[in-house]
Amino acid sequence: MTTTPIIFTTAGFRRGVRHSLPLLLALTPYGVVFGIIAQGKGLSLLEAALMSGWVFGGSAQLVALGIWTHPAPILSATIAALVVNLRSALMGPVLSPWLDRLRGWPLATSLFLLVDNNWAMGVKDMNSGGRDAAYLVGIGVPLWLQWVSLTIVGHAMGEVLRPPPGHPIFFTALAVFVAMLANMWKGVADLMPWAIAACVAVATAHLMPGTFWHIVAGALAGSLAGALRDMRQA
Amino acid sequence: MTSLFTLDPITLAAILGMGAATFACRAGGYWLFRQIKPTPFIRSMLNYIPGTLFVSFVVPAVVAGGWQPAAGAAGTLVAMIATRSLVWAMIAGTGAAWIVWGLK
Repeated sequence: MTTTPIIFTTAGFRRGVRHSLPLLLALTPYGVVFGIIAQGKGLSLLEAALMSGWVFGGSAQLVALGIWTHPAPILSATIAALVVNLRSALMGPVLSPWLDRLRGWPLATSLFLLVDNNWAMGVKDMNSGGRDAAYLVGIGVPLWLQWVSLTIVGHAMGEVLRPPPGHPIFFTALAVFVAMLANMWKGVADLMPWAIAACVAVATAHLMPGTFWHIVAGALAGSLAGALRDMRQA
Repeated sequence: MTSLFTLDPITLAAILGMGAATFACRAGGYWLFRQIKPTPFIRSMLNYIPGTLFVSFVVPAVVAGGWQPAAGAAGTLVAMIATRSLVWAMIAGTGAAWIVWGLK
């Protein structure tokens, strides 16, 4: 490994900001859709913006809105966010050559803003010799600003258009997940865990309609089955 | 009727809970797995979670929703495989769902 010290500089931050620009464009519809759906689910502009700013996780937020009720489902939404983001528990340790050198606010901000995009770019930069850990936050801050702004834009659009319940725009959240699934498919190894997840989720949704437990049960059953199978093969 | 700046205390609590859970994963995972190495089993299971979670979200919704989400999901999938672009997949999927919606 390199012996050059890890640094956290404005130059590294700026470099991250520059590298975030193509991402901002690609993520635009995602943020607007979240805002429209949040409005449709009865969240105020302030509530929707607060959620985007404080959670900063598109998948978790869309899943939570999928199960949203009035009054808000405090426990369900919290558990949903936990399960959706469980995998990110493995992301931080990969960046430990950088993160272990940070303390206080630089560390807290780096972890708060850690999402798939800046994580992947950070790992790539780190592995090719990058030593300025501010790169992560440099990508994260524009992403955060954009995510919160687009939530506000989307909410305003929803406020003006007022799509009725059942309108296809609400399907877009589902479309996001279907598209992500197409990207996540790594081959036949995924077939069995995904099939088990589907069966368990459908059965649980049937037994406990109107709750979110089918998502948790399906995800846990499917990933448990996949991990058990992998252990037997290893 | 909610105004733009309504802040319902229960909604606020749900938002705070979601953010705390998310940060617990991002920061807690870093903290925990720096002390103890995740076993291959844990690693494998956590890697399966996103896929199985989205399947568990999508499939029951399609089963319950009938033709509209089914057409939309098919449109999304085809566009995603063809273009590898999230934007086009969202547009194609929503468009397909829209066509079915219009037919009803």
